[in-house]
Amino acid sequence: MVEQVSLHRILKSISLKKLNRFFLLFLFASTVMQATNVEVDVHESDTAKESTLDKEKKAYDPTDDIMHHIADSHGWHLFDWKGHEIGIPLPVILYTDKGLVVFSSSAFHHDSEGKHIVEIKGQRFINFHNKIYYASEIPSGHGIYAQFNETTHVISNSKPWDISITKNVASLLLSAIIILWLFLSVARFYKRQQSHRSPKGVAAFMEPIIIFVRDEIAKENIGPHYKRFVPLLLTFFFFIWINNVMGLVPLFPGGANVTGNIAVTMVLAIIVMIVTNINGNKNYWSHIFWMPGVPVAVKPLLAVVEFIGIFTKPFSLMIRLFANITAGHIIVLSLISLIFIFETALVSPVSVLLTLFISVLEILVTALQAYIFTLLTALYIGAAMHEEHH
Amino acid sequence: MDIVTPGFGLIFWTSITFMLLLFLLTKFAWKPILNAVQEREEAIDGALEAAEKAKNDLLSLKSSNEDLLKEARTEREQILKEAREMREKTISEAKEAASKEASKVMVSAREQIENEKLAAMTEVKNQAAKLAIEMAERVLRSELKDPGAQEAMVSRALDEVKMN
Repeated sequence: MVEQVSLHRILKSISLKKLNRFFLLFLFASTVMQATNVEVDVHESDTAKESTLDKEKKAYDPTDDIMHHIADSHGWHLFDWKGHEIGIPLPVILYTDKGLVVFSSSAFHHDSEGKHIVEIKGQRFINFHNKIYYASEIPSGHGIYAQFNETTHVISNSKPWDISITKNVASLLLSAIIILWLFLSVARFYKRQQSHRSPKGVAAFMEPIIIFVRDEIAKENIGPHYKRFVPLLLTFFFFIWINNVMGLVPLFPGGANVTGNIAVTMVLAIIVMIVTNINGNKNYWSHIFWMPGVPVAVKPLLAVVEFIGIFTKPFSLMIRLFANITAGHIIVLSLISLIFIFETALVSPVSVLLTLFISVLEILVTALQAYIFTLLTALYIGAAMHEEHH
Repeated sequence: MDIVTPGFGLIFWTSITFMLLLFLLTKFAWKPILNAVQEREEAIDGALEAAEKAKNDLLSLKSSNEDLLKEARTEREQILKEAREMREKTISEAKEAASKEASKVMVSAREQIENEKLAAMTEVKNQAAKLAIEMAERVLRSELKDPGAQEAMVSRALDEVKMN
């Protein structure tokens, strides 16, 4: 409890100083740069592979595999068996120019290089790097049915609206079912009680966490009107936590990178932004557009800064969660990749021990990131509802 | 850039899933759980408060009992003291009365004895006088024939009287 309180205080002070926002912007910038580099590397290695195919074998580059894991995909790859990919096909749902199109991802035959065309309702689709595009009439080279920009090598084919059940969506739905089952059974315990009894079983495990979110996060940071935000904060906390944990499980139902996907964290952050600004009172808006207690000349300048702040706050939430979870996955995969980089099994004890260490750390991070996201959400809502006292 | 480009499909499904989850959990999990927990907390607080109150009541009852007891004790002391005083007073009064009575009785007894004695003396004197007269009569009757005897007789009688 002492540790939680001190951590809480530290986090509060950091967020008050707004230091973490700058740090995360820096982190974001570096991630973007790294990601762009990776993209270029992938293209280069692809072309290099083609040209030096019959020359000496190239050293293993884990970037491709890691990025493949981090990203979303159509179809849930489980393992390779005798050179064949074994996985669960998932439904591809497209809203095309000619209406809704649904087919199984197995129709691509595990192709994600744009070489295999799926033809439905007179429309032709390719899967290029796990994105669905309308196929070109003729292959551009290397058998890829897509056109590329001459200088940037970016694919120029148009895309249908893709609302497929991808690996991440499937994992997300699975987590949602787990969360529902978990908390409906917890709720059933309380409904069954006639008199007030101490919690048992799963309720005994969850109740302290629920009370912690209510008392230490909501009540502490939002203030007197905290009650109506408790369900939202609880949903945030457990949604993020369970998805983080599912991402850590290396075997089938887990292993997807849901909370490490920027689309997911973006939705969460947008919800925070909407909730915060809807509940912003007069005091909150006056502090944004006409800061009291500063010279009039500074007021417009501060208005700009504060207005940007409306967006940077949820933006930092989005990036923090995404970067932390993705980084965890990248570290684990990189450590495992050491075995293949050094091309010897002798390095595997080191690899496994380091992975174990990081995994244990990641277990902490799963809860910590859920806590931070929820805590900061509560702080933002609390700040928006704060009444002037002087 | 792929990694930091949010995909439309995932945004779509996350929004739906999260909203649905929020709605279902709020309605069927959070509300019942939070209500139950709050009710239980209130019940526990209420019970603790009641216990505290009962304890205080008991304590005040105990102290009032003690006061009562103390009062009763002092009252008893008082009553006993009064009784003792009363007894002593009664005894002393009785003693006084008794001694007064006794002295009165003594005085009257003494007076009576004196009276009786006086009466007896008078009686004796009368009897003696009567006897003397009778004797004198008898002597006179028998002896008067002899004047010497008469004379001896009178002198003897006189002697006897003188002895008294």
